[in-house]
Amino acid sequence: EKDKEDETREEESCSQQNGASREKKHQKKISNGKKAGEEGRRQRQMGKKAPTKDQKESENNEKKTNRKGKEGEDKQKKDRKNSTSSASSNSSDEESLSEEELVMLMEQVEQKKKLISTMRNKPWRMVKKLSVLREAQAFVEKFEGALGKGKGKKLYAYKMMMAKKWVKFKRDFDNFKTQCIPWEMKIKEVESHFGSSVASYFIFLRWMYGVNLVLFGLIFGLVIIPEILMGMPYGSMPRKTVPRAEQATAMDFSVLWDFEGYIKYSALFYGYYNNQRTIGWLKYRLPMAYFMVGISIFGYSLMVVIRSMARNANESTADGDDDNFIFSWKMFTSWDYLIGNPETADNKFASITTSFKESIVDEQESNKDENIHLRRFLRVLANVLIICCLCGSGYLIYFVVKRSQTFSKMQNVGWYERNEVEIVMSLLGMFCPPLFETIAALENYHPRIGLKWQLGRIFALFLGNLYTFLLALMDDVNEKLAEEDVVKNITRWMLLGHHNSSMGNGSTATPPPLDPADVPRGPCWETTVGIEFVRLTVSDILVTYITILVGDFIRACFVRFVNYCWCWDLEAGFPSYAEFDISGNVLGLVFNQGMIWMGSFYAPGLMGINVLRLLTSMYFQCWAVMSSNVPHERVFKASKSNNFYMGLLLLILFLSLLPVAYTIMSLPPSFDCGPFSGKKRMYDVIQETIELDFPLFVAKIFSYVANPGLIIPAILLMVLAIYYLNAVSEAYQHANVELKKKMQIQREEEKNKRNNKASTNPMLQDLEDLFTSSTKTETHPKQEDKKLESPNKSSPVRRQGRAAALDGSPMIGGRGAAFSPPPHVFVTQPPTLGVRPPYLGQSRPRGYPVGPFPGRGRGQPRY
Amino acid sequence: MGNKQTIFTPAQLDAYQDCTFFTRKEILRLFYRYRDLAPQLVPLDYTDKPDVTLPYELIGSMPELKDNPFRQRIAEVFSEHGDGNMTLDDFLDMFSVLSEMAPRDLKAYYAFKIYDFNNDDYICKSDLEKTVNKLTRNELTPEEVSLVCEKVIYEADVDNDGKLSLEDFQHMIIRAPDFL
Repeated sequence: EKDKEDETREEESCSQQNGASREKKHQKKISNGKKAGEEGRRQRQMGKKAPTKDQKESENNEKKTNRKGKEGEDKQKKDRKNSTSSASSNSSDEESLSEEELVMLMEQVEQKKKLISTMRNKPWRMVKKLSVLREAQAFVEKFEGALGKGKGKKLYAYKMMMAKKWVKFKRDFDNFKTQCIPWEMKIKEVESHFGSSVASYFIFLRWMYGVNLVLFGLIFGLVIIPEILMGMPYGSMPRKTVPRAEQATAMDFSVLWDFEGYIKYSALFYGYYNNQRTIGWLKYRLPMAYFMVGISIFGYSLMVVIRSMARNANESTADGDDDNFIFSWKMFTSWDYLIGNPETADNKFASITTSFKESIVDEQESNKDENIHLRRFLRVLANVLIICCLCGSGYLIYFVVKRSQTFSKMQNVGWYERNEVEIVMSLLGMFCPPLFETIAALENYHPRIGLKWQLGRIFALFLGNLYTFLLALMDDVNEKLAEEDVVKNITRWMLLGHHNSSMGNGSTATPPPLDPADVPRGPCWETTVGIEFVRLTVSDILVTYITILVGDFIRACFVRFVNYCWCWDLEAGFPSYAEFDISGNVLGLVFNQGMIWMGSFYAPGLMGINVLRLLTSMYFQCWAVMSSNVPHERVFKASKSNNFYMGLLLLILFLSLLPVAYTIMSLPPSFDCGPFSGKKRMYDVIQETIELDFPLFVAKIFSYVANPGLIIPAILLMVLAIYYLNAVSEAYQHANVELKKKMQIQREEEKNKRNNKASTNPMLQDLEDLFTSSTKTETHPKQEDKKLESPNKSSPVRRQGRAAALDGSPMIGGRGAAFSPPPHVFVTQPPTLGVRPPYLGQSRPRGYPVGPFPGRGRGQPRY
Repeated sequence: MGNKQTIFTPAQLDAYQDCTFFTRKEILRLFYRYRDLAPQLVPLDYTDKPDVTLPYELIGSMPELKDNPFRQRIAEVFSEHGDGNMTLDDFLDMFSVLSEMAPRDLKAYYAFKIYDFNNDDYICKSDLEKTVNKLTRNELTPEEVSLVCEKVIYEADVDNDGKLSLEDFQHMIIRAPDFL
């Protein structure tokens, strides 16, 4: 039954325009085809209830369809207006008529096309969808060829053909794209076992992998490959050669493992690159490329992170700040439809029951004063404890880094002394999060909020560690810079001495070139920094994997197999199985990414290591989760906390940008290694390129643009723009709150009203219910007054409320319009039931089908 | 890879792609899932649209639905005659709506139907009670259940008719942070 109604409506919507101007000729021409009967039927239908229908229809469509659809609708309306006017002006002219008809047809075809593209959004049975689709396609097929005339016809047909091809191509491309998304099945499997929150970590991991792949492509394609192919080969110059003193041990594994020896003097690190302006037959400007890639890595990452954040923010319509729907949301949205594992389902059932019970208790006694005080105290206590932990770990790292600097000056230090910093940092990262979790148990937050707190704390820990590490590293760099000056002089003297000695021999030939391995080197602080980052990353990877292996897998094996011969139940008791630690893993990932961003400028190869790491950890962690973890006791959904991850990522991106930007802008590059050697600052490479490779006026423009006189006003302008946009958004928020309040008021007082009504005049109410909401009351204030004065005392208040509501409703518009409750009770009707009053025509005629579409059926009569 | 499949004609596949949120590969995968439920019933050739329905017992045993407290309702809502037995079309329909690409209001519409146990186009109190009991596996006392239901109606019933209409439901659910 409903389907039939839908069908008629659909046909109407397809031939909306027909109703606007019905002309015989036009109809005849259209009905040339097979569709004659159908068209006729449509026309008849339109004749019945044309104008109001059209309005309603378009309104509904606007509500239902997406923004694009709305635009189309508007356009069509406009078109229709145009066409009607033209038709009325020169209806006698055959030529223009056909033109007008063409416009009609075109619109119809467009409409059908729109229908085809939105077919999947319709809540119909598949059979019906298929048949409607076929019909629409046949229609488009038939008539789009007829469009265009004379010369235009061929072009139009061609265009149509291309458009069809394009659609097909797009679909194929989409199919291809979804095929290219890796690990879909793996993630789905995890999702069904552990709920969507665990899966959200893996989705995040996959996203990171994608971003890193692009970054890796940038670095690898534009820096490393050109250097290897076209740069000077290994051993041709001092910076590309292992020094004589180290050559004996350069290939030892222990040396390579510390990223010294041959690895240090390879294209993986900053120091290997030459400062030659162009390399190879391509005249590839390597230093320039190096610089630009370093910048664009940050640019690209920023862009991607912000874009995906914006997309997420768009998708989530509200952040659930409403307290109005606690129970409703619990009831209707608490089930995670992705669960497909009995154990998880059990946990989910239990957690739903608990949450219901909790909120019932909360509801019943919302004044639990002593509890609140205790809870507050516990929360403060927890925060104090955690801050202490953070300070302690920060100091520990600073202490260790300082100590490592003294170690590095000493000879023959042991393995532990050399790796102390990494070990301590990894240990901190391993033991602090569980500690925080234990402390957080004091606070008794909802797990989702708890997760955020936990994330925030671990983030603070990691960040503190990272920055103390950086500070200590900076000290190191400054020392190296001082040392460099000395070495520079030595090198010069030595070269001079070499020349002199060869001259002193009396030979007129050029002196034999000094072997590159013998030239004394500066310390090359950039490579040192790069090596530090690479080491940190590698040790981080190892610690993570070992933790997973020991903490999850071995533990699971132990619990599983030793359980047969143990005093107590291991599975239920103390060790049990591990849960998947979402917060720790996410933060590990984010933090690791921060190190990559920081280090990749000094160690281009770091990006490759990271890609490998992400790739392996995807498989490894998937396996570990499936094999040795159990679902969370309180399974909860991920909701949109993805944006929270993104926020962390953005923060760390910004924080890792700072030190890199500082070194680029204010530290002098080493004099004998790296692509920028010999320049005062690294960014000089830009100026050099502009001066030498571009015409003069570009350099001039550049110097003007770089003028502080221009930059400061630009910044000011941006700040002002931000201020303005902020103010606007605040105003919107304010308006939103107001509207919500109005709605609330209206609801309340309708409730009162209803109670009054029910007690006073059941007869009248029946009448009103019959005619609910089908009219607008302002048109007949007199009748309303007449009717209402007798039964109801609260009428003045009520009317105020209504006025407010009417005020509000046009502003809400769109989806919001669906929120305004129908003006049920104000509506009264003269008792002449049989005759439809004239004003009824404005609104939806009775008997109009109840739309199954979202936002449609608002305010229609309920029988 | 597409050329060797003979289950659907290309036109059929295109039509299905227009009507669902799936790509052709996913449609084929779903078909195999469907077929695996009852290999003896479902033919490998759908080009001439055979009339095959699978009983609810088979549909409900899929791992995707097995643990879902609302599996019976889901199957009923999406089946042609409301009895839980599904044709391939219904099957595709169901997964299309439940997939993550489907827009929220479409999902809200079907969610409403799913929670509307007695098919009267309103979620009334008995529907709510059933929902709560299914969600908690009857672990709440009747008083608690009725309290919860009253609360829900109080919160979400905008037009004060004592039951939730589709609009009430959408108004409420569209803004829920957890609604997938």
